[in-house]
Amino acid sequence: MSGGVDSSVAAALLVEAGHDVTGVTLRLWGGPSDSGCCSVGDVEDARRVAAQLGVPHYVFDEADEFEAHVVEPYAAAHAAGATPNPCVACNRHLKFGRLLDRARTLGVDALATGHHARVRRGDDGVVRLLRAVDAAKDQSYVLVGLTQDRLASVRFPVGDLTKAEVRARAAALGLRTADKPESMDVCFVGRADRVAFVEARVGARPGVIVDDTGRELAAHAGIARFTVGQRRGLGVALGERRYVVDVDAPTGTVTVGPPDALLRDAVGLRDLVFTHTRPPADRVLGVQVRAHGRAAPGVLDGDTVRFVAPVARVAPGQVVALYDGDELVGGGDAV
Amino acid sequence: MTEVAYLDHAATTPARPEVRAAMAPFLDEVYGNPSGIHAVARRAKTALEEAREEIAEHLGCAPGEVVLTGGGTEADNLGVRGAARAARSGTGGTGGTVVVSAIEHKAVAEAAARVARAGGTVRTVRVGADGVIDLDHLGAVLDDTVVVVSVMCVNNETGIVQPLAAVAERVRAQAPRAVLHTDAVQAVAWLDPVVTTAPADLVAVSAHKFGGPKGVGALVVRDGTGLEPDLVGGGQERGRRSGTVDVAGAVGLAVALRVTAATRPVDVARIGRMRDRLAAGLATVPGVVPTGDRARAVAGSHHVRVEGVEAETLLVALDREGVCAAAGSSCASGASAPSHVLTAMGWSRRAAKEAVRFSLGHASTDADVDRALAVVPRAIARLRGAPVAAGARAGESG
Repeated sequence: MSGGVDSSVAAALLVEAGHDVTGVTLRLWGGPSDSGCCSVGDVEDARRVAAQLGVPHYVFDEADEFEAHVVEPYAAAHAAGATPNPCVACNRHLKFGRLLDRARTLGVDALATGHHARVRRGDDGVVRLLRAVDAAKDQSYVLVGLTQDRLASVRFPVGDLTKAEVRARAAALGLRTADKPESMDVCFVGRADRVAFVEARVGARPGVIVDDTGRELAAHAGIARFTVGQRRGLGVALGERRYVVDVDAPTGTVTVGPPDALLRDAVGLRDLVFTHTRPPADRVLGVQVRAHGRAAPGVLDGDTVRFVAPVARVAPGQVVALYDGDELVGGGDAV
Repeated sequence: MTEVAYLDHAATTPARPEVRAAMAPFLDEVYGNPSGIHAVARRAKTALEEAREEIAEHLGCAPGEVVLTGGGTEADNLGVRGAARAARSGTGGTGGTVVVSAIEHKAVAEAAARVARAGGTVRTVRVGADGVIDLDHLGAVLDDTVVVVSVMCVNNETGIVQPLAAVAERVRAQAPRAVLHTDAVQAVAWLDPVVTTAPADLVAVSAHKFGGPKGVGALVVRDGTGLEPDLVGGGQERGRRSGTVDVAGAVGLAVALRVTAATRPVDVARIGRMRDRLAAGLATVPGVVPTGDRARAVAGSHHVRVEGVEAETLLVALDREGVCAAAGSSCASGASAPSHVLTAMGWSRRAAKEAVRFSLGHASTDADVDRALAVVPRAIARLRGAPVAAGARAGESG
C-alpha cells in the first residue's frame, strides 16, 4: 500500500472478497526527497486506509535494499550514458522480490498491489500477465521480469477496472485517498533535477558534442544531461533539428544527428527473461520501450529484436517489453 | 492465555488505575489555571504544588528543583541544550564541548547535535560489546572545555544499566565545568531514582514509562545548575519552562511515582522472575543470542538477536499471533531502522536488523510469558524453515 488510490482500492476489493488482508508499506528511501511512495504522509494515508478497512498495517524498511538494487544502479547507469528504469528494478527486487519473499515467509498466500495489469492462470497451469483493462493506465511494462514463480503468488485487483472506476470505488468507500493525485516522478529524485541527483552521486562527466561526421560542435558539462533520442537542451544551435544519437561514456562524447540518423531496425537485449516461454521467432510482437509508449511491431531473433519498420533508437539500458497481443511475454534491457 | 501478550513496556505502559483516578478531577471540576489568583486557580495551584512535592520526594530533590515538561524528550532537550546554552552565555564565548555516550536516546543525541550546529563540539563516548559505556574512553575525552556530559541511566533498547556513579566521578575529576545530565526515562520503573540519579545535576524522566500519562515528564535541575529555557513566555516553572502547567499531568506523574516506589521491590522481583523464565525459554532456541551483558539489564528487559530472521518479519509474525514486541527505535514512518545502539556495540547492520526487544512491566503476567513461549520459538522456526529465504532473489536479475 503506497498510500495512493490504486493500492487503497486494491486492498478494499480484497477485503470485500473476504480475504484475510494485511497492509504493508515499504519505506524505500531515506534520502531528502519526501515525495513519491515513501513519504511520511503517504505512509500515514496507507495506515489510515488500512485502519478504515479493519486490517493490520506494517511498514517495512527496505531503504538499504532500495539503495543497493535501485538507486545505486540508477545513478551508475546514467553515469555510463545509459537510460535505466528504476521502477522496473524496484518491482523486480523490492516489491515482487523481497516483499513477496517476506509474505511467503509469513505464510501469506498472495501479494496484491495496485498495479494496473492483470494475471490469469490458464487451464494449462501457466500464469499469464496481461495489460490492464484501462489501456491508458496500463502498467504491465514495469512488471517485466516477473516469472512464473513470482506471478503464481501475485494479484492485481484493480487491473480489471478503469482508473475512473477505481476513483469511484474509493469515493464510494469514503477512502481518504480517493482524490489523491498520481505520483509521476521517479520517487527518490522527486521534483529535484535528475541531472543534479546523478551528478551529486557519481560526479559530472563533461565532454564534447560532435555531429555524425565527428566534427566538434560544443563542450558540455556532463553526459548525465543527455539521453539518446533527446532533442531539447543540447546547447548547440544548428538551424535544423538535431537529436542525440549516441552517448559514449568513456570519452564523454555526445553525438547528435538528424532524425533519420536515429532510426534503427533492431535492438539487442541483455538479461532477457520470459514470463513463461520464449515466443516463436516468427511471431510478430509488440515492442514497447517506455512505460506509456506505443508498441512497435517486431520479432525476437535470439537476443535481438528486429523491427518490422525502423524505429527511433532505443537508448542503452532502456527496458524493452515484448507483448503478444495483450500479453506481456517477456523483455530485457537494451544494449 | 491472554489474547494479547504485551511485551513492549519499554515503549509505553498502561496507566495505573490509581493514576487515572487521581487525574480525573483535574480534567473535570478542578480546571483552574494554577497561575491565577482566585479560588478556582488556587485549588489547581495547591494540587500542583502538592504533586510537585511528591515528585521531588520520589526523585530525591527539592520541589523547586522540579521542572515539569511535556515528556521525556522535552526534558532531555531542555537539559542538554539548556545547560549548553547557559554555559555559552556564561562565558560569552562560542560553544563548549558536549560529551554523550554512543547509545543515548535520540532525544539526547539530536539535542547534542543541535548544540554542535550552534557552534559547539560533540564528543561521543564508545560502548563495549557488553552494552556498557567505556569509562576509559570517557576519561580520555573529558577536559575543561566540556560543559555538558549526558549519559543515560538505562538504555532503552538493551535495558542495560549504565554506571552513572562512576561516570560522575570522572566528570567531577576531569571536567570541572561540566554539568552532568542523565536520561533516566527507562530507569524509574526498576531503580530508585533517589539513589540512582543522585550523582547527576540534571535528570530527565517520563511518566508513561511507569504507569503515568503520556506527554508528561520532568527535568530535575539541581540548585546551582545553569539552565537556559527552550520555551519562553509566561515564565512558569521559575522561568525554566513557560506554558500553563498541566495539573492533571503533574498529579498523574506524582501518583505514578508514588505507586511505583511502593511496588518497586515486589515488582522487580516478580517481573524479574517472569523475564528470566522468558529468557530461559528463548535460550533453548538455536541461534537466539542474548544482547550484551544481560546480568546488567533491568528486571523487565530481554533483548536478543535472532540469527537469520529479520526482526521486521518476526515482529509481524508475532503480532499476528498476539505477541507485541519491538525492534530498534522507530522512525516517523513507523519502519524500524537499524539501531545505532547495536551498531555502537559493534554489531553489523545486518545483525542489528535481527534484534528483538521483549520488555515486561507492571502490567505483565505469567500468561503473557506463556503466550510468548508458545508463539516465539514456533514463529522463529517457521520463518527459518520457509521455502524461500528472504533476500534469496535479490541477486537474481531478469
